[in-house]
Amino acid sequence: MSRATFPRLSDWHIAAVLALFGLAGPFLLPTLATQIAFLWLMVVFALTWDMLGGRMGYNSFGNIVFFGIGCYAAAVIQRDAGLPYFEGLALGLVAGAVLSVLAAIVFGAAMLGIRGHYFAIGTLGLGIAAGEIAAGWDYVGAGSGMALPLYPGELGERELFFCYSLFALAACCFLLFRWIYSTRFGLALNAIRDDQDKADAMGLRTTPIKIVAWSLSAFFLGISGGLAANMIGFIDPRDVAFAGATYGVWMVLMTILGGKGTLWGPVLGAFIFHVTQELFWTWLLGWQRVALGLLIVLIVVFFPQGIMGWLAERRARTAS
Amino acid sequence: MLDNLSLFFQYPPLAADVILNGLLIGAIFALAAYGMALVWGVLNIVNVVQGELVVLGGYVTFLAVQAGLPPLLGLPLSAAVMFCLGWLIYRAIVFRVVDKDIFISILATFGLSILFQQLANAMFGSDVRTVDAGLGSLHLLDGTVTLAYVKLLAFVLALGAGGALWLFLRHARLGQAIRATAQNPRAARILGIDTNRVYAMTYALNGALCGAAGSLAVMAWTIHPYIGLPYTVRSFMVVVVAGVGNVAGVVAAGLGLGALENVAGFVFGVEFQIAFVFALMVVILVWRNAMAARKRSYLE
Amino acid sequence: MSALLEVKNVTKRFGGVVANRDVSLTVRQGEIAGLIGPNGSGKTTLFGSITGAHAVDEGDIFFEGGSIAHLRPAPIARLGLLRTWQQTRIYGEMTCAENMAISAREAHGHVFSLLRPVPAATRRKGDDLLAFVGLHEKKDDKAGSLSFGQQKLLEFAMALMNEPKLLLLDEPTAGINPTLINGLIDRLRRANTELGVTLLVIEHNMRVIMNLAHRITCLAHGEVLAEGTPNEVRDDRRVLDAYLGVA
Ligand SMILES: Nc1ncnc2c1ncn2[C@@H]1O[C@H](COP(=O)(O)OP(=O)(O)OP(=O)(O)O)[C@@H](O)[C@H]1O
Ligand SMILES: [Mg+2]
Repeated sequence: MSRATFPRLSDWHIAAVLALFGLAGPFLLPTLATQIAFLWLMVVFALTWDMLGGRMGYNSFGNIVFFGIGCYAAAVIQRDAGLPYFEGLALGLVAGAVLSVLAAIVFGAAMLGIRGHYFAIGTLGLGIAAGEIAAGWDYVGAGSGMALPLYPGELGERELFFCYSLFALAACCFLLFRWIYSTRFGLALNAIRDDQDKADAMGLRTTPIKIVAWSLSAFFLGISGGLAANMIGFIDPRDVAFAGATYGVWMVLMTILGGKGTLWGPVLGAFIFHVTQELFWTWLLGWQRVALGLLIVLIVVFFPQGIMGWLAERRARTAS
Repeated sequence: MLDNLSLFFQYPPLAADVILNGLLIGAIFALAAYGMALVWGVLNIVNVVQGELVVLGGYVTFLAVQAGLPPLLGLPLSAAVMFCLGWLIYRAIVFRVVDKDIFISILATFGLSILFQQLANAMFGSDVRTVDAGLGSLHLLDGTVTLAYVKLLAFVLALGAGGALWLFLRHARLGQAIRATAQNPRAARILGIDTNRVYAMTYALNGALCGAAGSLAVMAWTIHPYIGLPYTVRSFMVVVVAGVGNVAGVVAAGLGLGALENVAGFVFGVEFQIAFVFALMVVILVWRNAMAARKRSYLE
Repeated sequence: MSALLEVKNVTKRFGGVVANRDVSLTVRQGEIAGLIGPNGSGKTTLFGSITGAHAVDEGDIFFEGGSIAHLRPAPIARLGLLRTWQQTRIYGEMTCAENMAISAREAHGHVFSLLRPVPAATRRKGDDLLAFVGLHEKKDDKAGSLSFGQQKLLEFAMALMNEPKLLLLDEPTAGINPTLINGLIDRLRRANTELGVTLLVIEHNMRVIMNLAHRITCLAHGEVLAEGTPNEVRDDRRVLDAYLGVA
């Protein structure tokens, strides 16, 4: 395979453009700040899903659990701790991250031994069970959800704040994961994906590796939950925190659309999905979710290799 | 919660009412689970859209009754309509993912599940629907135990359908072709069986079973657009516990699940019943995997 | 020479099938031992029992004097006892170089010790071993794109990367181009003498195993039929009968 025939943007070019967009975008397009903030949230969703689904071969429908735990942890702390807004938010985010990681360790120890479609359906059950439990639990507002405290700053500042926070989170997540995939840990994840029994028989400590991978995903999802809950200002158990049928599926869809197990695939998938959604969704007038179902079916059936996979295939074809 | 639990044990007729009603509802779960076992065994697909097929079957009966048809006629109508829809779904989508990676088929049928759920919501609204079958109820033990006749009917029909399915797989030509394909598709093709047609018929048959289950569900219970996934998960659980090729086991597990769920709904409160269904599935998978791990194997 | 591996009276059943019955076998430190037997005689099953893929029903297995019959594959591998598979198992979506890197002995370490890039020395060693088995120019190819024979060679190189004390090889020459078999025999010998790896080799090719092994055990119907030097086993009437299906 010769790369020279195909001039490629280097990773640093793409990263520089993205960083510029992340830093200057909200200033230049202040009316779009909330949409841009959601874009970074989607990037976090796709990156964290890819750690398991793309790199490790564990297709989880339950990652939304960690996002939901992050939402509720922040909401409860901010409600009960009696701290000023930013202190409460900070403590809430820490609590969300810690609780999500603990949950990942517990669920991981119980469920990461389960393989294939049993794992996929099992985690789907986990996500929905969590939402249903939250919807029945009075301490967290049961079915009517929880409202978060009002952002104290001036009008317009709030959007910028969350936009930059989520950008920072997405950037940290991307850089950390990029580094992790360059280490032996990244190779170990791939080995588990390709043949877990072989990895075991070669002496790898597969169980702790899997749990750490899920915990890393959970860490970023937990923090993103706290931020998103504050940005939206309200959490509904089924439609925001444990929104398996929207966020939970989008995670999977965006990653597959961009290309599983590739560096830029999840980011690309998140961009394309989110921009498409923002541009065209409003035209669909209430049929958005129907269209989403259709979109999943079409992408999965006709384009399972994703954009990065498709590019790689093309490059391989032109090279040979 | 503890109050409910002690009430449950101190007052046996109440316990009998909860358990018997659960068992009867469980027959509907068993019906949907036959279909899932069939599709799983033959196409090697976990059909996540299963529950939506049940719900759509319910809407067919609901609309038929609104149009003036007698409720009991809704049952064969639902089965027939869902048979055709099943065939269409197979031809349009499912056949493209049959021999792909199993996660692709899960995701594709999950997409279908969201699609139908939202379509149902857009077309029929999010209201909870039910149909009065007009059969009345059976009262036992001075009226402490109330069993709707339609639930008894559901029970009898589900058992009958199980028996019929067993006979069909054993003796009918198509049934034998289905079993041959389930065992070894390549060998079946060499023997001249059109496996693609077998797959389509199996999926359509699954549609009919779901349609019948949905029709009974709307008469004996309620439906709404978002109640599909619990039916999928119930079917999945039942098949995991009973095994793919075990009709009698599916009946037993379905009935058991119905009873267990009703008891849980009574003890924890109805608002936690769905949570219980999903959590139970997770527990079953974890437990089965732990058992398998002791023998140094795993579920795959 | 001291015993490195001792299998003592191992019985393994799969449902009604007795795959191994009362099998005993010793592999001595530093030797190349052979395991032969007709198809279905339980050779692969014995490998599975030794490396912890399944629990044995009766008997015990000792490695360097300690019982390993209750251990699972990963701890057994970390003790320095490794196997390869008849159908080959490699990481298909990773490149050959990555396959080698993650097979290094350091990868046994605790999770957080994995959070470091592959050391240059490990990479070099992987390259050397790939060159040793003749796959150096395939280094950056996906392992899954290799031919069956090449995958066998890669799996062998991966095992050496792990620096085992004892390596169990399940039909290492199956699927290998016949003109390359002599080269492979030579490499197996060099792994034994130069890298100090004790070998237990399942082999159907009689010419290969008679050439290679110091001592041979023959299984038939799950039981040990004969053992001894290659010449003794070759001249054993019962072994011939077993292969011809008379026994
Ligand atoms: N997992 C299993 N479940 C059930 N039976 C098994 C299993 N593994 C092996 N067997 C049976 O155990 C017996 C021994 O099989 P094994 O694979 O160990 O033979 P082998 O000597 O390696 O044969 P070959 O030379 O063909 O590789 C066979 O009858 C086989 O069918
Ligand atoms: Mg064998």
